[in-house]
Amino acid sequence: MIGRTVLAMGAAIAVSALGITAAAAQYPDRPLTLIVPWGAGGGTDATARIIGAGLERELGQPVSVVNRTGGSGVVGHSAIAEAEPDGYTIGIATVEIGMMHWQGLTELTYADYTPLALMNEDAAGVQVLADSEHDTLESLLNAIENSPAGTFRASGTGQGGIWHLALAGLLNDQDIDPTLVPWVPSEGAASGLQDLMAGGVSIVPSSLVEARGLIEAGRVKSLGLMGPERAELFPDVPTLSEAIGSDWQIGAWRGIVGPEGLPDDVATRLMDALEAVYNSEDYQNFMAAQGYGVRWAKGEEFGTFMEQADASLGQTMEAVGLAQ
Amino acid sequence: MDAIIQAFGLVFTWPVLATLVGAALFGLLVGAVPGLTATMATALLVPLTFFMDPIPAVGAMVTCAAMAIFAGDIPGALLRIPGTPASAAYVDETYAMTRRGEAETVLGACVLFSALGGLFGTVVLIFAAPALAEFALNFSSQEYFWMAMLGLTCAAFIGATSPVRGMISLLIGLLVSTVGLNNAAGVPRFTFGSTDLMAGIDFIPAMIGLFAISEVLRTMAAGAPSWDNVQVKVGNIFRNWGGMIVRYWRQQVRGNVVGTAIGILPGAGADVAAYVSYAISKRLSKTPGKYGKGHLEGVVEATASNNAALSSAWVPALVFGIPGDTITAIVIGVLYVKGLNPGPTLFLFNPQMIYAVFLIFILANLLMVPLGWLVIKLARGLLRTPRAILMPIILVFCIVGAFASNNAAYGIVVMLAFGILGFFMEENEIPIAPCILGIVIGPILERNFVTTMIKSDGSLLTFIDRPIAAVLALALAVIWASVLYSTFRNRAAASA
Repeated sequence: MIGRTVLAMGAAIAVSALGITAAAAQYPDRPLTLIVPWGAGGGTDATARIIGAGLERELGQPVSVVNRTGGSGVVGHSAIAEAEPDGYTIGIATVEIGMMHWQGLTELTYADYTPLALMNEDAAGVQVLADSEHDTLESLLNAIENSPAGTFRASGTGQGGIWHLALAGLLNDQDIDPTLVPWVPSEGAASGLQDLMAGGVSIVPSSLVEARGLIEAGRVKSLGLMGPERAELFPDVPTLSEAIGSDWQIGAWRGIVGPEGLPDDVATRLMDALEAVYNSEDYQNFMAAQGYGVRWAKGEEFGTFMEQADASLGQTMEAVGLAQ
Repeated sequence: MDAIIQAFGLVFTWPVLATLVGAALFGLLVGAVPGLTATMATALLVPLTFFMDPIPAVGAMVTCAAMAIFAGDIPGALLRIPGTPASAAYVDETYAMTRRGEAETVLGACVLFSALGGLFGTVVLIFAAPALAEFALNFSSQEYFWMAMLGLTCAAFIGATSPVRGMISLLIGLLVSTVGLNNAAGVPRFTFGSTDLMAGIDFIPAMIGLFAISEVLRTMAAGAPSWDNVQVKVGNIFRNWGGMIVRYWRQQVRGNVVGTAIGILPGAGADVAAYVSYAISKRLSKTPGKYGKGHLEGVVEATASNNAALSSAWVPALVFGIPGDTITAIVIGVLYVKGLNPGPTLFLFNPQMIYAVFLIFILANLLMVPLGWLVIKLARGLLRTPRAILMPIILVFCIVGAFASNNAAYGIVVMLAFGILGFFMEENEIPIAPCILGIVIGPILERNFVTTMIKSDGSLLTFIDRPIAAVLALALAVIWASVLYSTFRNRAAASA
C-alpha cells in the first residue's frame, strides 16, 4: 500500500513537472491537480486531501493535492484563477475569497471562478476560559459594553481574518462598539487558544472544531454559535438566536472551484463526481469524526452562495472599518 | 499494568510492524531528497490512513515523520543541502567532515544521537506529559518574544566565529523575513505588487540557495577539483558508536534536556533547539576553536537536541490538542478521525491506546538505527562520483526541491537569488547559518513583539512583569553581558 503511494506520488511529481499538454480526448484522460491555498496540517488541507482521494475514485485519474501557500491565501487563490480552464487544475476556495478584495489585497473575487461545489461550513463560536465568570453570551456582552475598552481582548486569526470579522460583526450587530474589544492578531486559532490559556487574551471566536481539544479537556467553554443550528459536535452550545435572539451568522466555508470559463461538460462531470464524493460514507464519516460541519451546494447555487457571502462580508467589513 | 500488556498486543502484530517498516522507508526516501520535507511526507500519508486501523495509522505517521527528519541530515552532510532549518545549524560542520573523508563517522553519529535524543524525548513524554503541558500553556507572547531573542542571540554571538559577521548574517535574514503579507498588521511589505512576494521568502528555497547553490558556484569557479581526501571506512560500527557515547555523553544529555525543554513549547520547536544547543556546546567546550571546521562535538549536541525537541512537541499535542508544529497538526487531525481524541481523557479512558502510541515512538526511534545505517552505506556511493558530474546533479535536485516547496517556479528564482547572495557572503567570510535562523525566527519575534504591544497598549514593562518572562529576560541579559565581557577582555589582552 505504501509502495503504491510512492509510485503514485512519483507519477504525480513527474506529470506536474513535465506539464503535459496533450489534447483531452475523453475528460479526464490525465491526472488532475487540486490546489490548496493553505498549508499542510490545516483543516483546509485535510479536507482537500479527502476530497482528492474521493475524486480519484470517481474520475479514475490520480488527483495530486498541491499546497500553494502564503499571502493569507492570496497566492493559492490566484493560482486557481490563473490556471488553464480545462478542468485539469481545480482548487479549494475558502471564505477568504470574499474578504481579501475588500481589504485591497487583490483584485480577485468569487466571479473569477467557475463554482463547482460547496463542501463544508463551520460556524464561528465564542470561546472563553472554562472558569470565566461569564456563563452566557448575554453576560459576556453586557460586561463588554459596560467596561472600558481593552478590558476584553480577543484573538484567533490575523488582522481582518474570518474570526476577527465574526466577533466584530457580532458586536456591531448588538450595537456595541467593536473597538471595545481590541483584536490581537495571531497565526491561527491554535495560537489564539494557547494565548487564551496563558492569560494573554480573554475571547477566542474560532470554530468549535478548532477549540475541540480544550473544550473536551474542560479548560475552555463555548458560549454561543454563529450558525443557523446547533453543531453536532457540541449540541449543548446554543445558537445566537437562542442565546441572545440575534440572527447574525458567520462561518468559514470551503468549496471546490475551477478557473473562470470551465467548459460545461467538464464542469458537469466534476460536479457529479463531487456530489458522489460528498455523499460517500468516507467523506461524511471523515468530516463527522474530525468535527467539521458539512454543507452542500452545487454549481449555480454555490455561485449564489458565494455572491451573498461576499456582499455580507463586505458590508460587515465596511461597518467595522476593516475594508479599504 | 494490564493496559501496557494490551498495548504490546496492539503493536506487536505483523500488519502493524510491516506498516511501520513501510512508513519508515517512505519517510527515509522523502526526507533524503533535498527540499522535500517531513511535513510533506506526513501529509502524503493522510489519505492512506483512512483505510487503516487507529494504531497502524498513527504509527505510520509517527515513524514516517521521525525518519524524514533524520534523513534530512544526509543531503546536508553529503551535499551541503540541509533538509530542515534544524539541520542548517550544523550543516557546515557535517559537510566539513565529509570533505575530510569522514562522512561515515559523522552520519553514523547523526543517526545514533538522533535516535537517542528521540528516545529521551519519548521518555519525558511518557512520564511527564500532563504536568509539562500545563507549564507550556503558561507561555504567552511575552515569553515567546524572549525565547526568540534567546535563539537569535545564540546564533549571532555564540555560534558564529566572529560576532560582528554573525550579526551581519542575522540582520540579512531578519530583513528577508520582513517581506510579504505575513505580519501582524496584515500589510504587504516589499512586495512591489507581486502576488508571489506577498507570500514572503520561503526558507526552504532560500536555504537550498544559500548552502547548496553557493557551493555549486564555488566548485564551478574552482574548476571542480576532486576532493583530496578519500572517504574513510568505519570498521566495527558498534565499537565506534560505543566510543562516541562514552566520549560525548555530556553533550548528549545536555542536548536532550535543552531540546526537550524547547520542544514542549508549541511553535518554538526543533529549529531553535538545534541552534541553542550548538551554541551552548561551543560555549562550554574545552576546544571552541575547532567548531565550524568539522568537529563532532557540536553536531552531537545539536542533533541530540533537535530530535528530543521533535518528540517532546507531542506533549501539548496529546494533552491539549495544541499542535507544536505542522507535523503534529496533521497527526492531531488523524487522531480525531480515528477516535483517539487528544486530551486528558485520552490518558484516562484509553490508556492501552496511548501506551501503544508511546511504544510506537520507541520503535520508530529504534528502527532509525539499522535503516539509517543502511541508507548511509548506500548514499556513500554518491561521494565517489567525480565532482564535475556531481555538481550538475546537485543542481537538478536543488531545482526540484525549490520547486516542490510551494509548487511554483517562484521557488527556483528565490533559490538562485539566494545562491548568489550566499556565494558573496561566504567569499567575505560571513557565516550562513545565522541568516537562516533570522528568516525562520524573524516573523515569530516580530509577531510576538507586536501582539504583546497590542495587549499592553504599548507599555514595555509588560515584557518583564510575568515571572517566566522575567526569568528569560534575565537569562538573556546574563548571556549578553558575558559575551560583551569576554569580547572586551580579549581586546584588552590583544592590545596589551
